[in-house]
Amino acid sequence: MFYVLEYYLINYRRVWRGSVLSSFILPLLTMLGFGVGVGAYVTGGVEGVPYLDWMVPGLIASTALQVAVGESTWPVMGAFSWDRLYFAQAAAPLRITDILDGHLIFVVLRTLLSSAAFLAIAAAFGTLHSWWALLTLPIAALVGLAVATPTFAYSATITVDSYLSILYRFGVIPMSLFSGVFFPVESLPLVFKWVAYAFPLWHAVDLSRAATLGIAPAWSTAGHLLYLALWVAAGWLLALRQFRRRLVL
Amino acid sequence: MVTLVLPRLISYEGAARRSGYVVERNAATLSRSYWLVMISGFLEPVLYLFSIGLGVGSLVGDLTLPDGRVIEYAAFVAPAMLASSSMTGALSETTFNFFGKMKFRKLYDGMLATPVRPIEIALGELAWAMARGNIYAAAFLVIMVAMDLTTPARAVLAFFAAILVGFAFGGLGMALSTYMKSWQDFDIVVSVQFTLFLFSGTFVPATSYPAALRWLVEATPLYRAVDLIRALTTGSAGWFQLLDIAYLLAALALGLTIAGRRMGKLLLK
Amino acid sequence: MTLIHARGLVKRFEGFTAVDGIDVDVQPGEAFGFLGPNGAGKSSTMRMIGCVSPPTGGELRILGMDPVREGPKIRARLGVCPQLDNLDLELTVRENLTTYARFFGIPRKVARARADELLDFVQLTERADSKVEPLSGGMKRRLTIARALVNEPEIVLLDEPTTGLDPQARHLVWERLFRLKQQGVTLVLTTHYMDEAEQLCDRLVVMDAGKIVAEGSPRALIDRYSTREVVELRFAAESQEPFASKLDGIGERVEVLPDRILLYVEHGDEAVAEVQGRALSPAGVLVRRSSLEDVFLTLTGRTLVD
Ligand SMILES: Nc1ncnc2c1ncn2[C@@H]1O[C@H](COP(=O)(O)OP(=O)(O)OP(=O)(O)O)[C@@H](O)[C@H]1O
Ligand SMILES: [Mg+2]
Repeated sequence: MFYVLEYYLINYRRVWRGSVLSSFILPLLTMLGFGVGVGAYVTGGVEGVPYLDWMVPGLIASTALQVAVGESTWPVMGAFSWDRLYFAQAAAPLRITDILDGHLIFVVLRTLLSSAAFLAIAAAFGTLHSWWALLTLPIAALVGLAVATPTFAYSATITVDSYLSILYRFGVIPMSLFSGVFFPVESLPLVFKWVAYAFPLWHAVDLSRAATLGIAPAWSTAGHLLYLALWVAAGWLLALRQFRRRLVL
Repeated sequence: MVTLVLPRLISYEGAARRSGYVVERNAATLSRSYWLVMISGFLEPVLYLFSIGLGVGSLVGDLTLPDGRVIEYAAFVAPAMLASSSMTGALSETTFNFFGKMKFRKLYDGMLATPVRPIEIALGELAWAMARGNIYAAAFLVIMVAMDLTTPARAVLAFFAAILVGFAFGGLGMALSTYMKSWQDFDIVVSVQFTLFLFSGTFVPATSYPAALRWLVEATPLYRAVDLIRALTTGSAGWFQLLDIAYLLAALALGLTIAGRRMGKLLLK
Repeated sequence: MTLIHARGLVKRFEGFTAVDGIDVDVQPGEAFGFLGPNGAGKSSTMRMIGCVSPPTGGELRILGMDPVREGPKIRARLGVCPQLDNLDLELTVRENLTTYARFFGIPRKVARARADELLDFVQLTERADSKVEPLSGGMKRRLTIARALVNEPEIVLLDEPTTGLDPQARHLVWERLFRLKQQGVTLVLTTHYMDEAEQLCDRLVVMDAGKIVAEGSPRALIDRYSTREVVELRFAAESQEPFASKLDGIGERVEVLPDRILLYVEHGDEAVAEVQGRALSPAGVLVRRSSLEDVFLTLTGRTLVD
């Protein structure tokens, strides 16, 4: 497993520049363009805090989601269909779980890295209200894993890459827009509210927000964690099943 | 300007017909997954409209336009969503897909052994991208009317504006792709696109930006597109919008001229 | 009328000269070949004739027209089978033919009928509705050839039509090309297989490093540049070189290759007897008739296929 991880890390050293752009500069711009811009018009703030401060923790969680999904779509599909990397690994004395876990750990590390960078910027802008804010990192890792595992399973199943755009449009984008990152979920109509509750991202957003603002989350912390853990477990089993199907013939 | 450049580019009898054949070829490739992508492409701006327009709108409340009128936030954001989705649609078709066809699948090499010429391929691809984008634009405007964010008459005008926006970005996108070396370059395109999306007076009036940023923003194509469509849907269009139109037409002509020339150079060597 | 007329034709890529001043004339109804090793400039020449590559210098007229100014008009009357298949992978086998026909402005109904005819011609009718990707290399090649015929061209350009095919598939392609020739279609093809050139070409030029080194019918070239028969000797040793000197005086010429020695002679059997008379015992002996391969070897000192 560590050999697999090592492979990705070495590879990442070559391409990290490009990922700085997508996983760091773009969220930063969102914070400036949207948070600061719109924030000026949200006169009363949200739930008693300035709009920017309220939005930033959501954005950290949402960035974790974007990075995790980004690393689990094209790279995974490509490793099956294009450069056939997984097949090469399977031909080496590695177990399927090693191949899967090695790649997953890399994805989590990538997620952590961009979240940490984002957190540092958020701190520089003075949007963090509490030392609990450091907990956004493990939360980001957890939500990253919660979405990466089912996405691995999905990417391992499809062979045409237009299905990845479909995942983005029907999954990732609605989730980013309606999980309480930009506005409180409570203002949604009842049905949509429950859809939001079903999204793993909302749970991470609520936890992160509680952490950076130093308040209590809307739900019980244990409930949030349990729900996210459920996604991780189910997603991992699915991914393992699909990897087996593709690699063991 | 377009009337000046276009006839020169396609001054060959049957050019429009042959561009049409390129469109036909694309229509023949439609598959199941494509339809899903197509529907989902429409979904995206609508989701943004609900999330930002209504969700964030409930936090922002009403907005005062520079001319003093007060409108709801959703009515302010919706035309910007339309403009950016026209941009995104046109760019994804003319950068990603176009580049892939040209460089990797060698599709155009086959076509060029027939009487079809590079500029005709460019025009055909552009027309194809637009056909799809126009359907999205129309559907989005219907929703805006249904939500009472604009009137039907204004929506019709805005529809034509959206077509123009799509063509302008399509032309620019195609010209850009002829300079692309690898897929990595597209990260930059996507980032620039997203930056434009954030800062083109999309979410807040450009007047609220710092002066330097504001002038920079005013010069970008997406801002001109947002300005045009917003003026039309909110009913505040005036002589100033002619500038927007001229700007977008110029972008289209420039894009097509460069694309036609560069494609000739890249493919016919 | 001369269909293809080139004088001093040159193609340069960033300082590198791929085609270095060649003269070519192709007459209606003839099968004309470019024979040469890798990098000789065959494909570059074909692309110029196909009007998708502007010549750097010299004169080129195709069907009496200028390829740079009247490209579309000329291409409407050409059929092109490029060296590498560039079929449309998103379309089915039949759609590849029908959409391609449309690029020539052929009405849809006619296109469909012609596609069916051509599929039959290249024996792909059974795969008509399959995608292109899963086809075998030989099938793809045949489809590309069929596609080149969809506009009923006057000249068909075939760049290495059978490279990479198994013998059976090659013979099928040859047979189809031969039928085209009988129908009066002008064929221009490149190859580095001498048997292909001998089978198909009425006349050919041998190209090497961008230049034409010989021209004529396959028979005439062999008569002029080679002997009637060739004896191939293989010695079971690290190097063939030491044996060459011991063969002095047998036949007209001795050619030493890394793995064998070629003796150019009029009568093979007599030469073999003479070799054995010198108490040499090669591990392998083969007597065969001279081929274009030998012509090429004589002209350039190198083998065609390496
Ligand atoms: N687009 C190009 N840019 C630069 N050099 C090129 C280009 N196309 C061909 N060449 C060079 O021109 C020379 C002749 O190439 P060409 O493809 O015509 O040879 P060929 O006779 O068809 O060889 P082969 O049997 O390998 O197909 C080669 O050295 C090749 O590297
Ligand atoms: Mg070649």
